[in-house]
Amino acid sequence: MIELTPAPAFAALSLPVTGAGTRIDALPPARITALAPYCGQLQALHALLGGFPEPGQVLELDGLRLVWAGRDLAFAFGEALPTGIEAHAALTDQSDGWAGLSLTGPGAEALLARRLPFDVRRMAVPGAARSLLGHMPVLVIALGRDEFELWLWRSMAACVLHHLTPV
Amino acid sequence: MRRRDSGGSALERARSLSFQFDGRELQGFEGDTLASALLAGGVRLVGRSFKYHRPRGVMSAGSEEPNALVELLRDGVYHPNIRATTQELHMGLQARAQNCWPSARRDVMAVNDWLSPFLGAGFYYKTFMWPRAFWEHLYEPLIRRAAGLGRLPQSHQDAPHEKAFAFCDLLVIGAGPAGLMAALTAARAGADVILAEEDRQMGGRLLSDHGQIDGMPGGTWAAGVVAELASLPNVRLMPRTSVFGAYDGGVYGALERGALHMAAPARTPRECYWRITAKRVVLASGALERPIAHPDNDRPGVMLLGAVASYWQRFAVDPGRVVVFGNNDHALATAKALAADGMDIRAYIDPRDGLATDAPFTVYAGAEVIGTRGRHGLQHVTLRHKGREFRMDADTLALSGGWNPSLHLACHMNGRPVWDDTIAAFIPRPGMVPDMEAIGAAAGQFSTHAALESGARAAAGALDALGLRAPECAFPQAEDAPYAIQPLWQVQGKGRAWLDFANDVTTRDVALAAREGFASVEHMKRYTTQGMAPDQGKSSNMGALAVLADATGGTIAGTGTTTFRPPFVPVSIAALGAGGYGKSFAPERLTTSDAQARAMGAPMIEAGLWYRPSYFPQADDRDWRDACNREALHVRNAVGVCDVSTLGKIDLQGPDAARFLDFVYTNTMSSLKPGRVRYGLMLREDGHVMDDGTCARLGDQHFLITTTTAAAGEVMRHLDFVQQAFCADWAVRLISVTEAWAQFAIAGPLADEVLGHIFGDLPELPFMGCAPVDLGAVAGRLFRISFSGERGYELAVPARYGADLFRQLVALAEGLGGGAYGMEALNVLRIEKGFVTHAEIDGRVTAFDLGLQGMVSPRKDFIGRAASQRAGLTGAARLQLVGLRPVNAQAEITAGAHLYAPDQPARAAFGQGHVKSVCYSPTLQSWLALALVRNGRARRGERLRLDDGLRGIRVDVEICNPVFFDPDGGRMRD
Repeated sequence: MIELTPAPAFAALSLPVTGAGTRIDALPPARITALAPYCGQLQALHALLGGFPEPGQVLELDGLRLVWAGRDLAFAFGEALPTGIEAHAALTDQSDGWAGLSLTGPGAEALLARRLPFDVRRMAVPGAARSLLGHMPVLVIALGRDEFELWLWRSMAACVLHHLTPV
Repeated sequence: MRRRDSGGSALERARSLSFQFDGRELQGFEGDTLASALLAGGVRLVGRSFKYHRPRGVMSAGSEEPNALVELLRDGVYHPNIRATTQELHMGLQARAQNCWPSARRDVMAVNDWLSPFLGAGFYYKTFMWPRAFWEHLYEPLIRRAAGLGRLPQSHQDAPHEKAFAFCDLLVIGAGPAGLMAALTAARAGADVILAEEDRQMGGRLLSDHGQIDGMPGGTWAAGVVAELASLPNVRLMPRTSVFGAYDGGVYGALERGALHMAAPARTPRECYWRITAKRVVLASGALERPIAHPDNDRPGVMLLGAVASYWQRFAVDPGRVVVFGNNDHALATAKALAADGMDIRAYIDPRDGLATDAPFTVYAGAEVIGTRGRHGLQHVTLRHKGREFRMDADTLALSGGWNPSLHLACHMNGRPVWDDTIAAFIPRPGMVPDMEAIGAAAGQFSTHAALESGARAAAGALDALGLRAPECAFPQAEDAPYAIQPLWQVQGKGRAWLDFANDVTTRDVALAAREGFASVEHMKRYTTQGMAPDQGKSSNMGALAVLADATGGTIAGTGTTTFRPPFVPVSIAALGAGGYGKSFAPERLTTSDAQARAMGAPMIEAGLWYRPSYFPQADDRDWRDACNREALHVRNAVGVCDVSTLGKIDLQGPDAARFLDFVYTNTMSSLKPGRVRYGLMLREDGHVMDDGTCARLGDQHFLITTTTAAAGEVMRHLDFVQQAFCADWAVRLISVTEAWAQFAIAGPLADEVLGHIFGDLPELPFMGCAPVDLGAVAGRLFRISFSGERGYELAVPARYGADLFRQLVALAEGLGGGAYGMEALNVLRIEKGFVTHAEIDGRVTAFDLGLQGMVSPRKDFIGRAASQRAGLTGAARLQLVGLRPVNAQAEITAGAHLYAPDQPARAAFGQGHVKSVCYSPTLQSWLALALVRNGRARRGERLRLDDGLRGIRVDVEICNPVFFDPDGGRMRD
């Protein structure tokens, strides 16, 4: 029987990178489940989870971080999904599809603000946005004014620093 | 010209800088522009004009400069068309004059000036008409050599440029008195403010003026305001930044000068291209001074009065003996102030009568300058006064023909400005650009008081619109002098009077255009090229249209302006393309097996942003074909492994998922049993084939479909659209899982042995079956599908395990006499089987064309059904998919070649179809092709001539079944 060893998404990059008051580092792999509520199931999902994120929202629930990730879509970061949830929403494992970077420090917000085509400074904390970094789709999570997470497609991880070199 | 011993508000005299111009060593100070340092160093001649190669010098002190364009050395390469007036001096700067050879003083092409009687406006339209044959071989090459200004670097430039975004409540464009007042008012109220200023220093004309604000010099007041703004967290000051365009949705383009224009740390971007989104905008861009079109007004030493004042005040440049020629009160007041400050003003000349003569210099009222002399720089001025003509010695002639509000940005959405007789200039009208207000001199309000007042008022209006309260601030006191002007558009006299210095357009050229029928302002512009140089006619448009109005007997207001278009200042392509070249041009999508494939020496090819191995070379390969043949035979005879992760993978779930798939596929998916896979075809709304792929039913309400690599995005977008627009109330959700899974094809007669090593017990899986599998602790998915025609599987694991699984699969395959195979072998294998890709699905084919009409269900509706039934999309007239084999199996054939009957010429009218894909099949020892041939399926056995005119290949081919190998599919099924 075969045994498989996992490989990190940012293997090709030498992280962390620091500069301009920002530290960019790889986030540890997370358990990410995409939750897409079926029509009319939002109430039931609210009851089951204790909430469901509105556009731009991040909800810190019991053992679970729910991040708005698009139309009728939230990413659940964490293992603790309640049982029976699959009756109300389509669940898809996205843990391996997305690679996360943390951007921290007093310059992090300014760096992201230069690079992202929306006003990062106006993001709620915590808050989330789907956007483009260069041509790459990203999920931006603001955890503090000096603490951000940037989630991008795993296949694009190797070229992310071309767009994020601190100025 | 020389440097004054003291003064110069912009200079840091403690920091002396040496630089080179045209090979000559010169000195300047920190704070100098290249232009100010040249003038202070006595260099008046800085280049040659575009058309006549006339000697030219610095005329202005800003970005409107038409003359002083130089080539700047950076990283060993000269960059053309750098405006010396905005270029900051730094230690070791090297620049040279452009558009001249061998030097600016002795320029061979100055012969053009002697020929100028023959080279007037539009001469080439008349001259280069005949003889006809000369155009292509003589005239056009000559014109191309002469055209253009400066010479671009001939090597690839990879110095960093940056593209950045910014957002604000209020964007203030220009940091003169009006802009500073607006920014200060809004900033104190807590608004999020961006203040953009072209110059290195903020303050605008306050830096050059002699006026006072609140009893202190204007520059001191400005410095205080800038310091306060800099201390506020809600203000972003952007010096060196030209806002160059107004676009829809409150978006403004801006160019920030960086390392190209100043001393800066390594890796500082040369320029930054900003996209600023603002809720409100205050346009406080000031006004541009007009020259006066008098004879011989283009010599080095003829400058704008405001520029002379600016160089004096900011850069301590002494212009020597100065004659001022103005037509407005501001000019006389400036001359007096400069004289009081010690400038050697010899005379003030004004066409107006009855001027007060309380000046410390001679005032010639009712007079005009009618000529100048001085080969490489001004030596004397000739004026006409009370019917008398006489000369005066002068080093500098300072012109002030009035001021034009800098209203360009207000006109970028095609709004037309209005004529204001009192200031003899166009001014913007309200609402030309939504949420933008022009204030101060940009709106034609020229006094300092009016600028400050309009700044405060505009900010209050913007704050009101933003829902903020304007603060109570003490309003500063400043001069409110009226501005009186008597327009003077041209001075009649002997010699040429220049309007457009950058493109060498004279008053006569404009008059000629009018005489020859090019009387509308847009026609005149194109006929004379006035306003079409890098300066975009900033100092000549107004004068030219006034001369045109005079020549046509119309009014200036009636003549109107040409269209103002972005950019306001030249923007380099490198800046616009920042973040979009090299590795940033498109994201590189790398598979989990990428490092391994590269380590195996595989050349990678791009497919839909992904990089895939083309083939895996070995030491004794003669060429890529050897590798490709080997890999294809591995699959046919042993086992091959290929990364197929790049295919789009879309996960669909929900009670209505099956119904949804029936709606988007031509064939029925609802009848598919869990654990089974079906090949499917999707059409576009227009009835043509969009994509093909497999559909696996993982559970009762759970499907996984695949798309081709190239069409993954298109299919995802399509399905999202169909779900949201047509089936929004269906219980189905779909999401891409392409990135989440690494998937590998394991194909060949020995595929089962590889799987046996992996699983111990080989899972029982029928052809077109699928099942969840465990690889140790890792949950995977196994599909028994084949794109090679061999017994084959695709094994999927979470992406983090992809690299390791690929490595182990390749080792297992190699142990069995097989190995990894790349895109070339994959292509051979699928052509042998007649499987289509987007080479065949080219956007113009229907299911019928591909011979897949059997997959089109007649019993249900689906996207594209109605349109696919239109007349003309089926039948004998269609190009249909066929196989082609050359009659001589070893005769090379090529994709893209056209097909003709053997006895007919290679002309479009006789075309029978064309070749979509070719390969050499090592299994069948023959070249093979898939082609689209008119009524092809009915013509099997018929011979055609394959004709590739580009490569000179002509081969007789025979039409055959597109499934060349194992036509009944036994190898993959059993």
